[in-house]
Amino acid sequence: MKKTGTNGSRNGRIQFSVNFLKTNFSSNRWLLLSLPLLFLALFYFYPLIKIVIMSFAPEGVWEPERLRQLISSDNYFRVLRFTFWQAALSTLFTLILALPGAYIFAHFNFPGKNMLQALMTVPFVLPTVVTAAAFRALLGSGGLVNSWLMTALDLSGPPIRIDQTVTFFLLAHIFYNYSLVLRIVAGYWSNLDPDIREAAGMLGASPWQTFKKITLPLLIPAIASAAVLVFIFCFTSFGVILILGGPGYATIEVEIYRQAVQFFNLPMAAALSLIQILINFLLMWLHARIGSKNRVSFFSTAIGGTPKKIKGFLQKSLLLTNLLFMVTLLLAPLSALLLRSFIGEHGFTLAYYSSLFTSHTRSVFFVPPINAVLNSIGFGLTAMCIAVILGLFASSYLASAKGRSAPFWDAVIMLPLATSAVTLGFGYIITLNTPPLNLRDSLALVPIAHGLVAFPFVVRCILPGIRQIPQSLREAATLLGSSPLQVWRRVDLPLASRPIMVGAIFAFSISMGEFGASSFVTRPHTPTMPVTIFRFLSQPGDLNYGQAMAMSTILMLVTASGFWLLGKITDNR
Amino acid sequence: MKIFPTFLGVALILLAVTTVLPVAKAEKTITLMSHDSFNISKEVIEIFEKENKVKVRFLKAGDAGAALIQAILSKKNPLADVFYGVDNSFMSRALDAEIFIPYASPLLNNIPDHLKLDKLNRLLPVDYGDVCLNYDKAWFQKQTLIPPKELSDLIKPEYKGLTVVENPAISSPGMAFLLATIGRFGENGYLNFWKELRENNVIVANGWEDAYYGHFTSASKGDRPIVVSYGSSPAAAVYYSEKPLSEAPTAAVISHGSTFRQIEFAGILKGTDKPELAKKLVDFMLDIPFQEDIPLQMFVYPANSKADLPELFTRHAVVAEKPVIVAPAAIEKNRNKWIEEWTNTVLR
Repeated sequence: MKKTGTNGSRNGRIQFSVNFLKTNFSSNRWLLLSLPLLFLALFYFYPLIKIVIMSFAPEGVWEPERLRQLISSDNYFRVLRFTFWQAALSTLFTLILALPGAYIFAHFNFPGKNMLQALMTVPFVLPTVVTAAAFRALLGSGGLVNSWLMTALDLSGPPIRIDQTVTFFLLAHIFYNYSLVLRIVAGYWSNLDPDIREAAGMLGASPWQTFKKITLPLLIPAIASAAVLVFIFCFTSFGVILILGGPGYATIEVEIYRQAVQFFNLPMAAALSLIQILINFLLMWLHARIGSKNRVSFFSTAIGGTPKKIKGFLQKSLLLTNLLFMVTLLLAPLSALLLRSFIGEHGFTLAYYSSLFTSHTRSVFFVPPINAVLNSIGFGLTAMCIAVILGLFASSYLASAKGRSAPFWDAVIMLPLATSAVTLGFGYIITLNTPPLNLRDSLALVPIAHGLVAFPFVVRCILPGIRQIPQSLREAATLLGSSPLQVWRRVDLPLASRPIMVGAIFAFSISMGEFGASSFVTRPHTPTMPVTIFRFLSQPGDLNYGQAMAMSTILMLVTASGFWLLGKITDNR
Repeated sequence: MKIFPTFLGVALILLAVTTVLPVAKAEKTITLMSHDSFNISKEVIEIFEKENKVKVRFLKAGDAGAALIQAILSKKNPLADVFYGVDNSFMSRALDAEIFIPYASPLLNNIPDHLKLDKLNRLLPVDYGDVCLNYDKAWFQKQTLIPPKELSDLIKPEYKGLTVVENPAISSPGMAFLLATIGRFGENGYLNFWKELRENNVIVANGWEDAYYGHFTSASKGDRPIVVSYGSSPAAAVYYSEKPLSEAPTAAVISHGSTFRQIEFAGILKGTDKPELAKKLVDFMLDIPFQEDIPLQMFVYPANSKADLPELFTRHAVVAEKPVIVAPAAIEKNRNKWIEEWTNTVLR
């Protein structure tokens, strides 16, 4: 009797402490979400709601007649359909092309891997004008490929004519988002337990069966996260469509800009913004529902499994084709850009670089390029830290949240990505205008706005990683006497460090490449690199063009070397 | 690695730096808000700062359209004291919003009457420039083709596939060029011109940067020797040339009825708490030092007729004698309709 009693009470105590942990954690869990929600409330919902209300009812009176066109003209339906169609197509192609690359990066070590990975993030930071210039320099009617083909095949006209076509901007969307899919999926894939696959192999499954039945289902959360990000990105695409697609194509985002700035039809712009937000919200909510049901629950001993050496003809050729593809897709346009920064009207020149450092114009807004680089890095680091902190909190909450509310909050967190920059920028003007939030023309607004856009990204990178950590590890740590905070620090953080790094890298790149000048008040004395590039491109003259290319090259170099260093650090850890 | 404390620390420090730095050097300031293309020499603005013992703070707020809307949205609590960069195509919108207070600057005496579009002087003309066709001289010489002399040349068969224009629904030179065609061919005739231009294989780019650096033969590897730009663009092409040039590589077409004049205005924002200083700043912007600095900084012409032009402008830049005129009120009233009609004719 006594014996059983003791046993019973010990079991009871264990049970109790696990339960205690759970209840304690679930009541405090809200604290985790409160910081991200406070940030969103201040810098997203408040400005957005106020600008929408003000647009619909400028003097407190509701003016429906300016919205009538929304229903009466089929133009907006066409815009919506096109936006959907191009985003779906871009996502599909990017996924198909990037998944084999993700496999290679997750499983093999090869010379130059680190370097290639660093270079691959470069497209992400390039302003669209520069990307367009790079693609034109390569594939335009007077570009490298066409002139080469014309001489080689003795043609009278350029054989490749893709300027202002769907092909051109699809290519650019793939170029932009390839590394996103690759990084997210590879980061997750390399953490999958190889034992399961080996077990399947031993039980007689062919490699294809193993992939289809085991690996692919396990990868779904990461693939879905990446796909949602790519889709939203392409759905809200502005510059790429505007420049490479030409005027024949318009996404909702383009139409919002047109309505707001050209026609000053704020009710219409607000209505379109709401439609864009609503559609994306539904998509993200759906994605979150699928994602949370698809929780991967298995114990992995080999987190961050060691990469294999390449062996066999099949693996070698797979690796080679993939690398070749990456180099063609990513490096060719970038090297075309690099060439343009050294080649002037009369051949090789360093004039563009040297003139970057001399104030040719005596302009009051001139800053040495090194300052633009430092500004970009400073803003980028701040935005990255804001986004990573918020992202960590939000992901920790979402990973442990159960029930119906979790997908809802997940989708809410993603909203900033789906929101028109013009609308939000105008919202800042009318809200952040009194102390203590008098930020509308302050420098702090830059990293805050960048952080706001980067934050959902970080969540999408970290969340699948944290979900992958088995609950039993946390319970074990609790039983050994760790407080919930210690569990978080000692279990969650180290095990999710790779996804956190990926998230941080993307947050930093988003900020480096962000050019929000069309909708935000800027302080011209602290330009970032993209702003400087735009300044050069706004006046005629080959020196301006060359300097823009030189500055773009510096932007690529700074970013790539930053990521290369980051890669080194994480590898050596 | 302690990721979390590191991130938190860095974020707080950097945020503190960016918020506190501007506050730290508090002195008397006046704020000038403008579009992104505004530019002026450092030593010129220092003259004003020394004379009035004040620091001029600059804010840039996107393109001309976006900057004006931000000024309108903030009218209850203005972002700045003076706004520069309303052009005649957006003038009615600015005046209807009642964001400017009248100021009859004494320097208006030196500004020709045809630039003073607001009789109440809420908006004062600062500079102007003509939107017109530019062509690549070398290209036409090589092809032994006569360069275009006026708008209707563009629809001739020998000019098929030679022209790139900007989308008026997105770009301000694109809108100005559309207005030029409306002024030249009339409200009933302009769509016919555009229909034929479309048949003659015109390219429409969404912005000036894309048209000029993406398609124009003289500035890029493009295949269009005719582009819509400014009368002063040839001068800029000389000024910003990698190697010194004695002759401009491009030329502007400014014959009768083929250009639209963009006039840019400045005004004092209603609600400023420094109206006297704001008046002084507007005076300064219309006075000789500022006006003579305008051409080489922004590549437009000074409004003050007493201001001397730099040699670069007298040699390479041109102004039209008879630009097309469309009244600002008519532009604001019809903008939506014209752009819609244009889009249906040229793009759909």
